[in-house]
Amino acid sequence: MWCLFFLSNVASVCVHADKADDDLEMTMVCHRPEGLDQLEAQTNFSKRELQVLYRGFKNECPSGVVNEETFKQIYSQFFPHGDASTYAHYLFNAFDTGHSGSIKFEDFVTALSILLRGTVTEKLQWTFNLYDINRDGYINKEEMTDIVRAIYDMMGKYTYPVLKHDAPKQHVDAFFQKMDKNRDGVVTLDEFILSCQEDENIMRSLQLFENVI
Amino acid sequence: MATGVAAWLPFARAAAIGWMPVANCPMPIAPRDNSKRQDELIILNVSGRRFQTWRTTLDRYPDTLLGSSEKDFFYNEETKEYFFDRDPDAFRSILNFYRTGKLHYPRHECISAYDEELTFFGIIPEIIGDCCYEEYKDRKRENLERLQDDQEENKDMKLPNMNFRETMWRAFENPHTSTMALVFYYVTGFFIAISVITNVVETVPCGSTANQKDMPCGERYTVAFFCMDTACVMIFTVEYLLRLFAAPSRYRFMRSVMSIIDVVAILPYYIGLVMTNNEDVSGAFVTLRVFRVFRIFKFSRHSQGLRILGYTLKSCASELGFLLFSLTMAIIIFATVMFYAEKGSSSSKFTSIPASFWYTIVTMTTLGYGDMVPKTIAGKIFGSICSLSGVLVIALPVPVIVSNFSRIYHQNQRADKRRAQKKARLARIRIAKSGSANAFLQSKRNGLINELLELTGTEEDEQKLIKSTSLLESQHHHLLHCLEKTTAHEFVDEQMYEQNCLETVLQSYPSRSPSISSHDSSMGTCCGHRVKKNIPLPNASVPPAHPVPVHQGPLQELSAIHIQCSDPSSHTASRSTLNLKADDSRINCKGGRITTAIISLPTPPALTPDGDGLHGPPQRRPPPPSGHPTPPSIQTTTSSACTSIVKVSAL
Repeated sequence: MWCLFFLSNVASVCVHADKADDDLEMTMVCHRPEGLDQLEAQTNFSKRELQVLYRGFKNECPSGVVNEETFKQIYSQFFPHGDASTYAHYLFNAFDTGHSGSIKFEDFVTALSILLRGTVTEKLQWTFNLYDINRDGYINKEEMTDIVRAIYDMMGKYTYPVLKHDAPKQHVDAFFQKMDKNRDGVVTLDEFILSCQEDENIMRSLQLFENVI
Repeated sequence: MATGVAAWLPFARAAAIGWMPVANCPMPIAPRDNSKRQDELIILNVSGRRFQTWRTTLDRYPDTLLGSSEKDFFYNEETKEYFFDRDPDAFRSILNFYRTGKLHYPRHECISAYDEELTFFGIIPEIIGDCCYEEYKDRKRENLERLQDDQEENKDMKLPNMNFRETMWRAFENPHTSTMALVFYYVTGFFIAISVITNVVETVPCGSTANQKDMPCGERYTVAFFCMDTACVMIFTVEYLLRLFAAPSRYRFMRSVMSIIDVVAILPYYIGLVMTNNEDVSGAFVTLRVFRVFRIFKFSRHSQGLRILGYTLKSCASELGFLLFSLTMAIIIFATVMFYAEKGSSSSKFTSIPASFWYTIVTMTTLGYGDMVPKTIAGKIFGSICSLSGVLVIALPVPVIVSNFSRIYHQNQRADKRRAQKKARLARIRIAKSGSANAFLQSKRNGLINELLELTGTEEDEQKLIKSTSLLESQHHHLLHCLEKTTAHEFVDEQMYEQNCLETVLQSYPSRSPSISSHDSSMGTCCGHRVKKNIPLPNASVPPAHPVPVHQGPLQELSAIHIQCSDPSSHTASRSTLNLKADDSRINCKGGRITTAIISLPTPPALTPDGDGLHGPPQRRPPPPSGHPTPPSIQTTTSSACTSIVKVSAL
């Protein structure tokens, strides 16, 4: 009878060890991107630029993937005045095209390629995707209000002039006035691209970040 | 901004494209990256060991030696490397700091050597990561204490400018300072001992005389004992009065524990002197004599150990209280059980539950006097259970309490340390955060001053003012600027914000200037435009060190030339930075022609605004711009108590 007792103890110890190993394995998820040549072919960056980008990426995220928490933290560091977490959440969803819950280097570099080296249409398309939170192909007022409110949240409390409570709403109304051509309450991709192309300011500002890398 | 995430700045800037369709105003120009160097490897030769890293890695922290131009002093032309004659082992952690953004303290390193390395390379130790910070601080404190011990040996020299009172207090506190103090120390100690022994011997029965039975010595040699008591009390009284006189804060001294003990020790004597030999009060007087035993506590001034014991007892009070409570519970339970068990037996000593308490305590502490014993079988059974559990209940908590003493004592010390560090840490984080926020606001103002000077100032002025912001900083500030443009609101600091709130409250009457035609008021506030002004403004030549009262720090000198697209419906004086340049196509205030200018200056609080007068020193008023189509006229608006706004508007 004592050997049964002994064996059961040993078995429970082994089970515990396995569980500990499982836990250990879970934290060691590592991701390696595809080869440099493939990425160079898929994006508009040169090899050198990809190298620089990857070094920075891997430095911050040694495991090779960014999850939403880390993403929010990193983005919040650039906007110390206010709360950047909501906007970072929308950004994260826009970057994470595969909806996997984490951004890999390929996603990162693909989005950067569009934003920095893409055509105007591609950039506008990416922006439309960012605004279209539920990915149904239309931007309605609620989605736009959420986005604009997230942007205003980044400003924080101490602004000049004092941020009124309905400032986002006014902003959204102006936006819809400009973009919604057929006044059906939603903005489609074509309306969006057309309206943006008509606006000089937007066209000019889209070229603003060409020399970022 | 933590430069550790500097690598993500390009991504954050690219993501700013998401704001563009939402923004109504044009975006500012991005800073150019003039130094389009390819990233190069730098060789750092530290006492022969070569470290290599990218230049951009070192540039992350521009206010350290390796990140700034200070390292050029160590550049070796022949070998094309930077040579440092320092410890290569310590240098590893320093270089890792640049690589990872976290500074670690290697445990095998000597604390002062490490500190020296940090100072040499210009790194502040506060940024040591959480994993190593505790250790670092502990070692540093130990080192500091060691240094202090060395120094204290010299400290006991008499300072020449201490008055008599301070000398006396020092003598009382540190008996080793002078011979007199030492003598006083031993004399008081001696008399405390004498007093205690006297109190004890007083009660011993001395030998009996022929006609009397045994009586205590106190009653036999009344006079002798009385004289001894008087002498001791006189010494104690003198000592107490001297201490009271010498104490730096008499009120605090009177409240301290030691002084209360002193008072309690000598008071019974005086009460006894005062009281008559009345029968009723003499009983009370006798009880008062008990308090004379408190004189023994006066020894705690002479013994460090007693003091520590007292302190630890105080800090363990809750543990002791809990022990007492659980003991009480057990006593009550067992007393009740024993009482009811022994109720039946005759001539039982267990007459009531409180009477059983005594039995329970004696049994549980395994004393077992035997004055009360159970007689029934049930009583014996429960009695044995009581004594067995007593062993457990008493014996178990005692080591726990003892270890609690040491644990709580050390824990208290460490918790206080951690709390102090936490406050400092949070303050540092707050300062860093506000520092980066302030950096942006500061650079905005600098940018304005730079632009003004570009127009008018000489080269030297420009060089003086343009602070070399790193490319990283200028890019980050450009990003924040884009956000401002997107939302058509500006970042301000807390002071200005409060002020603006005040202004909106105070400014209840509209401005007197006519509104500019067809101003699109749907935007609420006008966007900021940056248009260059052609004509030189006399104000621009005023040197920056103009003695404008810094009542509100930010708006110093002529930090802003404001132009107001006045909108009578918006009652706040909306300030936007604006320099006029006639032919710049970026004027985009929809509708009206911008022809107004406001010079906003901080005025000293003494200058209260009168109803319609001009504020500020009159010589600051700019001349009408010569090249301008219409001559502007100067109008004023009512302003808040703090700033004056001189509005120049074209009709």
